Amino acid sequence: MGAAQASIIGSDQRKANREVAVVGRSVIFKIKRCDGPGKPWRWESFKVPTEPGSNVISSLNWIAANPITANGKTTTPVVWDSSCLEEVCGACTMVINGRVRQSCSCLIDEYAPREGDEITLEPMEKFPVIRDLWVDRTRMFNALERVKAWVPIDGTYNLGPGPKESHDHQQMRYALSECMTCGCCVDACPQFSKQDDEKNWESSFIGPQAISQARLFNEHDTGKRLKDERMDTLTGPGGIQDCGNSQNCVKVCPKGIPLTESIAAIGRSATVHAIKNFFTGK
Amino acid sequence: MTEQRVIVVGGGLAGLAASIRIAEAGVPVDLFSMVPVKRSHSVCAQGGINACNEVARQQGYSEYQHFDETLIGGDFLNDQHPVLEMTNWAPKIIDLLDRMGVPFNRSSEGYRDLRLFGGSLFKRTHFSGATTGQQLLYALDEQNRRYVSEGKVTEYNFWEFLYPITEGQGDSKRAVGIVAQDMRTMQIRSFRGDAVIMATGGCGLVFGKSTNSVICNGGAASRCYQAGAWYANAEMIQVHPTAIPGADKCRLMSESARGEGGRVWVPSKIGDTRKPKDIPENERYYILEERYPKYGNLVPRDIATREIFDVCVNEGMGVDGMNQVYLDLTHMDPDYLTEKLGGILDIYEKFAGENPRFHPMKIFPAVHYSMGGMWTTYTEGDYQPDEPRGEHKPKGQIPVGTEVGQGLKEGAPNNAMTNITGLYAFGEVNFAYHGATRLGANALLSCIFDGICNGVSVVNYIRDENFKPVSELDQSIFDAATKVQQDKHDALLATTANGTGNKDNNPYQIAFEMGEIMNAQSTVVKTAAGLEKCLDKLAELTERFKNVELGDGAMWTNQSLSFTRTVGDMLILAEAIAKAGLLREESRGSHYRTDFPERDDDKFWKASIARFNATTGKSDIEFVPVKAGLVKLRPRTYGKTAPEKTDTKTPEPANA
Repeated sequence: MGAAQASIIGSDQRKANREVAVVGRSVIFKIKRCDGPGKPWRWESFKVPTEPGSNVISSLNWIAANPITANGKTTTPVVWDSSCLEEVCGACTMVINGRVRQSCSCLIDEYAPREGDEITLEPMEKFPVIRDLWVDRTRMFNALERVKAWVPIDGTYNLGPGPKESHDHQQMRYALSECMTCGCCVDACPQFSKQDDEKNWESSFIGPQAISQARLFNEHDTGKRLKDERMDTLTGPGGIQDCGNSQNCVKVCPKGIPLTESIAAIGRSATVHAIKNFFTGK
Repeated sequence: MTEQRVIVVGGGLAGLAASIRIAEAGVPVDLFSMVPVKRSHSVCAQGGINACNEVARQQGYSEYQHFDETLIGGDFLNDQHPVLEMTNWAPKIIDLLDRMGVPFNRSSEGYRDLRLFGGSLFKRTHFSGATTGQQLLYALDEQNRRYVSEGKVTEYNFWEFLYPITEGQGDSKRAVGIVAQDMRTMQIRSFRGDAVIMATGGCGLVFGKSTNSVICNGGAASRCYQAGAWYANAEMIQVHPTAIPGADKCRLMSESARGEGGRVWVPSKIGDTRKPKDIPENERYYILEERYPKYGNLVPRDIATREIFDVCVNEGMGVDGMNQVYLDLTHMDPDYLTEKLGGILDIYEKFAGENPRFHPMKIFPAVHYSMGGMWTTYTEGDYQPDEPRGEHKPKGQIPVGTEVGQGLKEGAPNNAMTNITGLYAFGEVNFAYHGATRLGANALLSCIFDGICNGVSVVNYIRDENFKPVSELDQSIFDAATKVQQDKHDALLATTANGTGNKDNNPYQIAFEMGEIMNAQSTVVKTAAGLEKCLDKLAELTERFKNVELGDGAMWTNQSLSFTRTVGDMLILAEAIAKAGLLREESRGSHYRTDFPERDDDKFWKASIARFNATTGKSDIEFVPVKAGLVKLRPRTYGKTAPEKTDTKTPEPANA
């Protein structure tokens, strides 16, 4: 987890902060900046006025329009990634006060209720920085490709409905299917290591996100036709066996996806897969 | 044989559905998106997707009824043939999504569950939790990834579309590729494509804060419009009555909060800064209850929208001097509220930072969807009635079958094609389906329908129309188009590097002022005076934009540059939106003119078509008859009769 771990605050504290937030105050944003791959990083601080409902996005918007540091030095607008701002697309993930989360749902009243309080913003740790707070998460989409995270349908022609499904089973799949590939789980995972070189992606731990998505498709009546291929990947190098059971992933998942249950379920499938391979001589 | 390729711009539902369909037909696809496609704006759709289904069918519903509802919902400004084809396809599309593994909610027996939505008396809306759009997008993203892994689709994520490349002039103009820019390296280059599909969504950012994602700026549509594509019904912008105004964007608040007893009010005294609970009853102005004693807070949503707007914008009575009113549930039992409205109250608390069980919510109408978009054409299908039909009643005899090809000729190369040959518009950026206002849960359908149905038209176009393959065209066409964009890019960068810009013309400030004026004058309540004022302001901003200065001169990942360039394109689109609104001297659907409060079918049963005039830099607008012929025009009265027939359950929001 991030360098400023000591300043992590729980949800009760955040609610309490909201109640005492001072109207019309300014807060300090301390932002870890980097101009591009291979360039040195630096801290810059900005004094940003708050308004009702201010969040990290509105504050970064303010900085974009007023790119002057707290010391009065003119600088460039901060670069960051965002899209929906409703915590359903996953784009605006960053490390805020040492904890990885979406910045759109991060309210200033909850993190910096008093005049001059400080909020630190850092890029996610496990991905290459493109510029400032914007990182390249291509590896996560690549992992979805590796575990064949899709239902192998026969094509888009009109062939009638899909398989029937019980209400409970749908609820289980829906919970897994809310994963927005934001990367909080892998950023917080001690076993998931930063790999700037694409060549190393396949040999290092694939992470909870892809394992849980593999489970989602193994649980679908048509999707399970690819189960063996998914399990080949997940029992190979960087597979399920690399999980260190720290359970960080489930703590930081913004959607409350039962990632550790998924890891356990895939772990059981891995055992069955190994026995099956043993008897079929694979 | 020379390989032909298709370019798809935009990776939301429409773009992905097109990509999948075209790759499946064996044609390689190059897919461009400003974000990884899985983060497209389609994820924001909550409510569901409409389609006739077996239960509704046995109660007297039909695809044709869905068609009829969509036309009356759109106040008859829709092109009728594409809508018929779309509603006929709807059940087939649901089946397809089901096969792809979308976790649609299930009944106790395991069938797909349904919910009631506005504009219908039948349960015809399929849903997946509260994130239907996200679930549908993920299913298409997964299928697309499969084609990416097989090398049939190439994704260009973080690439911004800059301009279409065309050859020929006037009516023989043909799209042969695009110029695009890598948003990370800032490299600008051309791409050849035998057809180009624009699936770039709406233009909410033109109105400042809206419910749209930050990528929905209308820039891509504006660039095609500047290249000669027509832009139709620009003035038709849907505003959602209850959104949570945020410091960064507006987020939807379901109308069920009003249905469960929420009261809308503002302090009677302008500038009252007391906390809401400190303001006594007799110093509160319950807007809807006082203005509409009979219906109170349950007036139809268009009325609620206009009254809330009026109180804030015209009377200046908004809470804290801002455009917002209280939606108050604090008089109700918190446990009851949690049981009935728990999910939506949690969303409010997450983003607004206040518990609505104890603090009145602050809400305001927000721009939500653009019915207008790039003009497209089509070839009519097999259903050619002798004369248009009157209103269709449930259980009535269905005048047409549901086979493919009734509304549109299946696979006709010009289906969903713009006036530029080979340039297509799919999804929200296609103007055809929703007329003057969109029915709730029809947006997801129109996006996927365009991709799945009209994707075939694109394949037929490149295979059968015998145009010279673009791979054989001279490189000079592509180099010239790239140079125009490179020069524009370099000139913007120079405003910082050489100090040629004016610091007072900050692009964020210009965008802010554009959003303010467009929201105030060109959304809920429009007047000739207001729209003229809006056009004057846009002209002033356009002048200031000529001396804009970027805040960032970097040659790497320069978001300011991308934003600034887009502001220029948004100003051009905004002018067309406001001018079309000024010239449409009637009220129809979401377009409400206080100086022309009635629908005027003689003059305006017509689509507005904006053509960009390169000399003036402004739009030339013409009104052309709506392509009807299937259903007879009739008054839009269902708002007065439908509520009595439904049970007491509050319908789901119609335009979520």
